[in-house]
Amino acid sequence: MAEPSKTNEAGAVSEAEAVAAIDAPIQRGEPILQVRNLQKHFPLTQGILFKKQVGAVKAVDGVSFDLYQGETLGIVGESGCGKSTVAKLLMNLERATAGEVFYKGQDITKLSGRALKAVRRNIQMVFQDPYTSLNPRMTVGDIIGETFDIHPEVAPKGDRRRKVQELLDVVGLNPEYINRYPHQFSGGQRQRIGIARGLALNPEIIICDEPVSALDVSVQAQVVNLMEKLQDEFNLSYIFIAHDLSIVRHISDRVGVMYLGKMAEIGTDVQIYDHPTHPYTQALLSAVPVPDPEARANRERIILTGDVPSPANPPSGCRFRTRCWKAQDKCATEVPVLAVPERFRGLDTPAAHQSACHFAEEKDVVHAS
Amino acid sequence: MSTIDKTATVPAPRGGDHTGPLLEVRDLHVEFHTRDGVAKAVNGVNYSVNAGETLAVLGESGSGKSVTAQAIMGILDMPPGKIPQGEILFRGQDMLKMSNEERRKIRGRKIAMIFQDALSSLNPVLSVGYQLGEMFRVHQGLSKKDATARAIELMDRVKIPAAKARVSDYPHQFSGGMRQRIMIAMALALEPDLIIADEPTTALDVTVQAQVMDLLAELQQEFNMGLILITHDLGVVADVADKIAVMYAGRIVEQAPVHELYKRPAHPYTRGLLDSIPRLDQKGQELYAIKGLPPNLLKIPSGCAFNPRCPKATDLCHTEVPPLVPVTEQDGTELPGRKSACHFWKETIHG
Amino acid sequence: MPDVTKTAAPADEAVDTPSVVAAAAPQQEKARSLWGDAWHDLRRNPYFIVSSVLIFFLLLIAALPGLFTSASPTAGDLVHHYVGKPELGKIGSEGWLGYDIQGRSVYARLIHGTRASIIVGVAVTAIVTVVGSIMGMISGYFGGVIDAVLSRITDIFFGIPFLLGAMVVLQSFTDRTILVVVFALAFLGWTQITRVMRGAVITVKQADYVQAAKALGAGTTRILFRHILPNAMAPVIVVATIALGGYISAEATLSYLGLGLASPTVSWGVDISAGVQAIRTSQHILLYPSIMVSITVLAFIMLGEAVRNALDPKLR
Repeated sequence: MAEPSKTNEAGAVSEAEAVAAIDAPIQRGEPILQVRNLQKHFPLTQGILFKKQVGAVKAVDGVSFDLYQGETLGIVGESGCGKSTVAKLLMNLERATAGEVFYKGQDITKLSGRALKAVRRNIQMVFQDPYTSLNPRMTVGDIIGETFDIHPEVAPKGDRRRKVQELLDVVGLNPEYINRYPHQFSGGQRQRIGIARGLALNPEIIICDEPVSALDVSVQAQVVNLMEKLQDEFNLSYIFIAHDLSIVRHISDRVGVMYLGKMAEIGTDVQIYDHPTHPYTQALLSAVPVPDPEARANRERIILTGDVPSPANPPSGCRFRTRCWKAQDKCATEVPVLAVPERFRGLDTPAAHQSACHFAEEKDVVHAS
Repeated sequence: MSTIDKTATVPAPRGGDHTGPLLEVRDLHVEFHTRDGVAKAVNGVNYSVNAGETLAVLGESGSGKSVTAQAIMGILDMPPGKIPQGEILFRGQDMLKMSNEERRKIRGRKIAMIFQDALSSLNPVLSVGYQLGEMFRVHQGLSKKDATARAIELMDRVKIPAAKARVSDYPHQFSGGMRQRIMIAMALALEPDLIIADEPTTALDVTVQAQVMDLLAELQQEFNMGLILITHDLGVVADVADKIAVMYAGRIVEQAPVHELYKRPAHPYTRGLLDSIPRLDQKGQELYAIKGLPPNLLKIPSGCAFNPRCPKATDLCHTEVPPLVPVTEQDGTELPGRKSACHFWKETIHG
Repeated sequence: MPDVTKTAAPADEAVDTPSVVAAAAPQQEKARSLWGDAWHDLRRNPYFIVSSVLIFFLLLIAALPGLFTSASPTAGDLVHHYVGKPELGKIGSEGWLGYDIQGRSVYARLIHGTRASIIVGVAVTAIVTVVGSIMGMISGYFGGVIDAVLSRITDIFFGIPFLLGAMVVLQSFTDRTILVVVFALAFLGWTQITRVMRGAVITVKQADYVQAAKALGAGTTRILFRHILPNAMAPVIVVATIALGGYISAEATLSYLGLGLASPTVSWGVDISAGVQAIRTSQHILLYPSIMVSITVLAFIMLGEAVRNALDPKLR
């Protein structure tokens, strides 16, 4: 794994150098994005004119992972686990409280101005709700074309209409729809428009925050297929955030499982789905309703008790311990680190992947026994 | 029907001398008059539920699954909604012909509903204990103290921890899963004969989803209630339903016992849906996708409404509406409870 | 699946008509913006038709009073000085609504007084909308300390009773022209729009499309004027339209109290004030300008309601 360049730590890189670094090409198989100990704490305040901080919601509390060129990294977790906040931090829509996100050696959490704009050209986002992510008062042509107004260097003025129509064609929409407004489209079509907007700048990374969860089942498959097709065509790297574990498995090369602002387990799709070692992953997988009543009957189900604790006041030690059936005293005092568990270290088994549990143990919950 | 003074135990069979299904919907039509024309939301739906049985109504947005439920509950907005024809028989009596007063008596007492969004279904300024107790005060004239006692009992029943301590908490103090439990408790309060659950777990996380569905199934058995479960999630249905009705463009396109449907779908739409969901236990290749868009209710295609999206559509499908017919084995043996509205059901199920 | 297995079908979808648009006429219905939809609704709303016809006539009268009467509003002939019944002439003639105490044509004064009322209403609304929207946008978009300070200032102004405050402001001017009255009303009126705009901006600011624009690297100006303003404007337009009627009646009230416009300026408020003095003997002097004020205020309120219904389909 390439270490991020040291120059920027001194903060001495000029804006021009940063832009040059960002625009440079990258090899397939290299980490394109390195996330290190990312944190986001939302302050809880009291008072009207003079605000006083009374606590913090630790939405993201020390998340690290790499994204490789051309791969899809899935991030799964329940509501409130911080997965959407991670997306916002990676897009610089929220400022990180601490931690770094290295993109081609540049820590993008500290960039601004021209350098940040250059990063935005290469990292784009597809939003969850196709009904709210398109400005209802702009035509489809304006929505996609706006990207070229903001980054005029990408497409010369006279060429923009043609480019927009090309993009519509790429995502499978009729290019003649360019003058229509979002409310004239169905949910699936709107999500295609959102994807076209994300593609307009020809980015390297697209962060997808629940891109299909608002769509009908029959349309979900269309959009997932489209995203896979585009990935091959444009050599994109995806971060695919979702709560639907089946879809994440389908599209991802590697998967990270988040719980209460921390990464619980991360590995390839086979490692996570077929050889999970973290109890939370196991419970999550076993709870997924499977559209096959017979396989269902043979599967072991782990039903967790209780709800996810509040991120404003997370449990000490391991955050999952309040719902974990394996929890012992150690779990309350010692925070488990995200690493290959000791018992699997050096072994050539799919269970040897990073898992933040003191008592990591392999358990297949997906396949009928 | 005595008032409910016994606390629990199996009260089956309840409700007088009517034999036959608890609820039967016959040839129900619902349309909405909008600016752009008449949207035909429900176009001749037939289904029935018996006591102790779970019927899952499966469909995508615009399939008419929720509108049918609203028509049964009598909470359809009219206008713009209109029921031009059809019958909704509850214990053999057509509810559409009842007076408002009679329907009001059935709603809540005999038929209760659970909604998707528990937060907006609960009044934020009243404590959950008050809201639960209200059912007993209004319908059974209990005193405030007795009503609160019953509320605590109900909260225990739906497994809300420390019910006694939490009875005076407000809805926002509960998590999503707990709020859905409160909704279930409210629906159960008067021990109805039938519960309609409209996407009860869609807004919940998977780990909580499982808890809530289990609870619902357990309580349904205990009270021997009929349950209509409306959902778009093929996974959730597989867990709890006895029989499934698949809706498309306001019609039932396939009906089957739960195991049968997944094993051998008899309608290309059902087959397409099943094929388009990725599997958890293996990594597939490209997903099968049903082409095209869900139908526009203002202009439902002629013939079979699914024909523009169907891989097998022929000229017949463009002109003739396929009736919902019983499905048989290849040798002609009847498959109980199975029906399909496809001209080519034989090819679909046996092909 | 036997045949069309494993084919992604985006191309097919594109050929289909989107579900919202009737498939029969896809070509004619190419672009239907939300404003276009609202206009479509408005044109069919009887309230809108009635109020806009009324407002059109009021604006015409204000712009070209000469079209409606040749009589002078200020020249009085004491021959007509009159304390009894109006001598009814032909409709539209100088004397058909009678004369006032100084023998001036009530009809002519009504026609010529329209301009003052309309100018006050439109000018105050324009100023208030611009100032209030800017303040509301700044407050709502930037939040934090800026919002806290601006909101408290707004609250202070909001706390001042509207008419009482206007009276105090007007007291400090000796020469009370239309301009002064406009200033006094606008000075106290902007807070209402600020509050509405601030609320709308805060809602819109969180919309995904604003986040999306930020993610594309859009600057603050673009976000404010391309994304937030067009989507936050609807409630402001409604409130401003309804308020316009209110400003006209406020002008009349102030003039009646002797603190607004004063003779020789011709305005309905001035006439109402004069009419009160003769209320026992010749009610018509009071009656006609009062009716005009009521009709005008009603017209704008009706227009505002119609616009609200058109812009907010949820209320339908």
